[in-house]
Amino acid sequence: MAKELFFIIIGSVFVNNFVLSRFLGQCPFLGVSSKTETAIGMGMATTFVLTMTAVAAYFIQNYVLAPYGLDAFLQIVSFILVIASLVQLVEMVILKVSPTLYNAFGIFLPLITTNCIVMGAALLIPMYNYNLIKSIALGLGAGLGFTLALALMSGIREEMEFHDVPEALKGPAIVFITAGLLSMIFLGFTGLVPLG
Amino acid sequence: MANSILTSILSMGGLGLALGGGLAIAFKKLAVETDPREEAVIGALPGANCGACGYPGCSGLAKAIVEGKAPVNACPVGGAKVAAVIAEIMGVSGVESSENRLIARVLCQGGTSKAKYKSEYHGVTTCKAASMVNDGPKACSYACIGFGDCVKVCPVDAITMGEDGLPIIDEDKCTGCGLCVKECPKMVIALTSSKNEVHVRCRATMKAKDTRAVCSIGCIACKMCEKVCPFDAIHVINNVAVIDHEKCRNCMLCVEKCPTKTITSAFPTRKKAVIVEEKCIGCTLCAKHCPVNAITGEVKKVHVVNQDLCIGCSICVEKCRKDAIEMVRETLQKNVLSKAHAASN
Repeated sequence: MAKELFFIIIGSVFVNNFVLSRFLGQCPFLGVSSKTETAIGMGMATTFVLTMTAVAAYFIQNYVLAPYGLDAFLQIVSFILVIASLVQLVEMVILKVSPTLYNAFGIFLPLITTNCIVMGAALLIPMYNYNLIKSIALGLGAGLGFTLALALMSGIREEMEFHDVPEALKGPAIVFITAGLLSMIFLGFTGLVPLG
Repeated sequence: MANSILTSILSMGGLGLALGGGLAIAFKKLAVETDPREEAVIGALPGANCGACGYPGCSGLAKAIVEGKAPVNACPVGGAKVAAVIAEIMGVSGVESSENRLIARVLCQGGTSKAKYKSEYHGVTTCKAASMVNDGPKACSYACIGFGDCVKVCPVDAITMGEDGLPIIDEDKCTGCGLCVKECPKMVIALTSSKNEVHVRCRATMKAKDTRAVCSIGCIACKMCEKVCPFDAIHVINNVAVIDHEKCRNCMLCVEKCPTKTITSAFPTRKKAVIVEEKCIGCTLCAKHCPVNAITGEVKKVHVVNQDLCIGCSICVEKCRKDAIEMVRETLQKNVLSKAHAASN
């Protein structure tokens, strides 16, 4: 069991990193990665939402949708509902705890709602038939993987500020190239753990 | 089938109810106290989140206004109306600040009847395109081309094309966003404060003879304005008169003197000083400082402004320690005087 959990976390952080291997959540990955501080804050907020969503998704799938045979057509709707409420909750908590962080997130905090990593993780849980502990591990792993990708990207982008980027590649172009290279690097983890 | 519809409705409804209830409780528990004025200011702002004020969206500006970091008229889109509403919310007088806003002015009077043409232009009818062909169709290379690029770019429809092929700016509608200034290829639109009523409406730096040859209303650098100005506020620089708006007091003497009518005042009637008799204590300060000796009166007796001599420079208003002098437009004078009387009675 412990080994499986370890594999799930390592798998979702490195091998099947949601951003760099599954290509989910590109919007915040490129949007909030210009400063390391904000990037890590965003990663933490998303991790929290992801973990909570994983728990909620597990319960809804196994106690609401599956018993009544509704999972075929109500899965996405109900998950959207849960994610949106959770994001609202996180927003309120952050505004209460740290207004500075709240301002730094700006529009990206409500956008966690539409971050497809959250939806992706929620949909993967019934697909893999995970139990509660494994679901939490997947959510946590996905969040940590997202944070890792964001932290790496923001570190590189901060460093890039001091370098002479060719005129035509300045701005988003070089960021896309960097993202592509990072993604290729993460391909190197393939085969580290068995899939699923 | 009916069963699955029922369970769907019940399960989703229940789920929504539970989550909504949870959020409602969390909202109460985690409520952050915000200034109620902030909400009110957000409501008063246009809500376009355009960022023209320099703050991140309308809520950002509202926060800055409530904290006193931004003036009540900081929203360039809302203009005077929004400023007045916000001023009311904030409990400050907005009239004072809204008077000093930026307004776009067209600095060319060379309309189709006044300026000569050197060529006929049949290309794309935008000023930008026309200005690229031999510096525009008008003989004066500084002249407004008149295809109305500024009219198209104005977000608040404050600019219309006049009969003479020159843009006319509605000063009440103009928000001072500066888009027309950027758009104009001839740079004949400038932003100046609403306090400045006198403008030299010509930018041609050619010699007098050349200017006269291409336009009947251009500045010929005769320096008449320079001589007549009591405040050293207007100077001929590079063959064109330039007003130092810091020094100009809108006395409009230069407007009267200008032989080519190049200098205009925004309003046909100038302001005149009026002494409120009830407040005047006869200190003679105003009479001493009047540059045209329009104020007369003996010590400790109510002073009188000679309306024919007064040029409306408002120096006396600044000097008076009893707030006994008001600047009034000629057309409005009677109203204000009667009001002052009514108030004192």
